[in-house]
Amino acid sequence: MFEIISREIFSDSTKLIIVAAPDIARKAEAGQFVIVRISEEGERIPLTIADYDRDSGTITLVFQEVGKTTIHLGTLKAGEKLVSVTGPLGCASEIRNYGKVICVGGGVGIAPLFPIARELKAAGNYLISIIGARNKSLLFWEDRMRDISDEIIVCTDDGSYGQKGVVTIPLKEKLENGNGTIKRVWAIGPPIMMKYCAATTHEFDTPTVVSLNSIMVDGTGMCGACRIDIGGKTMFSCVDGPEFDGHEVDWNLVLSRQNIYLEEEKEAVGHYCGKKGCKGLGR
Amino acid sequence: MSKSDELTARERMMIERQPMRLKKPDERIRDFFEVALGYDEEEAKKEAERCLNCKKPTCKEGCPVGVPIPEFIMAIRKGDLKEAARIIKSTNNLPAICGRVCPQETQCELTCILGKKKGSVAIGRLERYVADWELSQNNGAIKDTQKTGYRIAVVGSGPAGLTCAADCAKRGHTVVIFEALHVAGGVLVYGIPEFRLPKQIVRKEIEYIERLGVEIRTNYVIGKIYSLDELLKKEGFDAVFLGTGAGLPLFLRIPGENLNGVYSANEFLTRVNLMKGYLFPEWDTPVKIGRKIAVVGAGNVAMDAARCALRLGMIKSRRDNCPPPEVHIVYRRSKAEMPARAEEVENAYEEGVRFNFLVNPLEILGNDKGWVTGMRCIRMELGEPDASGRRRPVAIEGSEFAIDVDTVIVALGTRPNPIVFSNSDEPVRTKWGTVEADEETGKTSRDRVWAGGDIVTGAATVISAMGAGKRAAREIHTAFIEKQ
Repeated sequence: MFEIISREIFSDSTKLIIVAAPDIARKAEAGQFVIVRISEEGERIPLTIADYDRDSGTITLVFQEVGKTTIHLGTLKAGEKLVSVTGPLGCASEIRNYGKVICVGGGVGIAPLFPIARELKAAGNYLISIIGARNKSLLFWEDRMRDISDEIIVCTDDGSYGQKGVVTIPLKEKLENGNGTIKRVWAIGPPIMMKYCAATTHEFDTPTVVSLNSIMVDGTGMCGACRIDIGGKTMFSCVDGPEFDGHEVDWNLVLSRQNIYLEEEKEAVGHYCGKKGCKGLGR
Repeated sequence: MSKSDELTARERMMIERQPMRLKKPDERIRDFFEVALGYDEEEAKKEAERCLNCKKPTCKEGCPVGVPIPEFIMAIRKGDLKEAARIIKSTNNLPAICGRVCPQETQCELTCILGKKKGSVAIGRLERYVADWELSQNNGAIKDTQKTGYRIAVVGSGPAGLTCAADCAKRGHTVVIFEALHVAGGVLVYGIPEFRLPKQIVRKEIEYIERLGVEIRTNYVIGKIYSLDELLKKEGFDAVFLGTGAGLPLFLRIPGENLNGVYSANEFLTRVNLMKGYLFPEWDTPVKIGRKIAVVGAGNVAMDAARCALRLGMIKSRRDNCPPPEVHIVYRRSKAEMPARAEEVENAYEEGVRFNFLVNPLEILGNDKGWVTGMRCIRMELGEPDASGRRRPVAIEGSEFAIDVDTVIVALGTRPNPIVFSNSDEPVRTKWGTVEADEETGKTSRDRVWAGGDIVTGAATVISAMGAGKRAAREIHTAFIEKQ
């Protein structure tokens, strides 16, 4: 059993939990993920590790409530327990001193981006951060990102905070003004955001790393549910990733596979909320 | 039966092999409960009477873990089931599992002298009868073994790992099993369906292994949370046994394979068996099943997938008031080359699974939303024998055709999962990804690391993995003795 040490509510649908998992914290690296199960009947869901503290033996998970499991997870408070947390899984980010890099985080993707950005800064990179969300209420960790960044740009789709518009606008500007000095870009967020970030950087031929949060079961390469197409080759995002070259990803496949269980997700939420009398999802 | 009723060999040979009761096909496809119902006392006694108690029992030689077969059958005959169980367990730690899933017809029962005339003694069914009886009793305490002080890490809690762990614990060593999933049992829990091997049976047999003193740590992915090197150097284990099986699914490598609606058999079976997908939404993990399902492949895994698909489809058909599903096995060779056990093929056939032989998929077809709509195939004929000794299937030119399916399950086999090997500490492996280990000893190229089961042989049987676990336990033990 894995105890939730504390919880923080970022918005109606975005929450953070800090979980006691000393063995995982000891080994976790930026870019890796865990598989979480919240009850005996529960499914196994992948969540990227947003932070880890080796000394206190904890890991930080940030999640958005999109289905039954994440809605249920959102109800759990400090002191309650998860039945299993497995990890750290996946490959760690390739942290090196590249020179000047840009880290782009969208919505809940800011969480997994943070430890990568922090490690990149620690490795001596000049760090430009671009973080964005649909609106102000969905934005979090601006302060943490600001602390580690040499430059930071904040934007919201609706203009309720920071610059109005999507993250690809400042991304393009930075690449244009950078005159080839931007050596690498990380983009983590919703698939559609990553797709457009990759398209933007492609023009400038800037290597771009994305993190794919595919549907998974075991997370160890056994089921093949998370398969994706990278430059015409089938790969498993759990063991070959989760990070990939954004220019090589078949985004249509990523977007299509994201939809496999939409109907079942709705049914599960309905079933759960019917029993618990919760408000369910807005959509 | 009293002594005076002792039968002559001739009389014994006159007794018919006792059939095992099965649930009727039209009933069993409605749920996931066990199909085979086992012997009752009378049937078991009668079957036990058939054994000739041969002086040189060839059955025992056919058993990878060397169960003293005639001895346990004689104990059944005497009505001493406790003794029968003790005899079986002297070499087999998982008899209720083996009694259900061992391919007895190619092992112990193959060489039974009665086999030629009346059908071999139903050793597997008798083993199951004894094991089930024992599980139904309150299992007594296990006597403490003198501890040796040696510590063994077993990676993987499938048949190989469990057997190695149990045998090491019986010799007094401290054993910790590391399991990547949240439940112990490996393929026994994620792969083999409930209707063939109830998970409660697996759990009870694993509880026995825990009572021997084995500690099982679930949710530990070796290679990630600890490397082999860390287990040996930092965590202080004296030896490591690798029994991580062959879990990496193979795909067809044809266009359309990543369409929505295409499953690896591993994913499909894991969703159904381990995650109880058939109980969705009471259990959270969904499994998508269409109306017309093609299972590609013809091994035991393919039969399991087809029979699960059929049951899921029937449950859905009743729930949503839609037509029952159509489940097809698609196999590029002929019936004679099917690798599945005859009994499983028969079960699938009786339940209504349809077999398409000499058909090879060329492409999976989909719609603009990315979902499967069909499969383009070609007819095959058998040519000259290939390296496997089976006649090689050759495409018949111009015989392409499309079948209308909305779900495809790929059951082509698996390879060992390389995740256990983190960078620097790999034992030597073959080009197939299997670990090179001595067949008799399980020893790998790396000091203090043994391996056995599917990770060495590639996908094989539960019992052969158990045999390998057993041999490795013996060798690990011998290595410790030699050290002293």
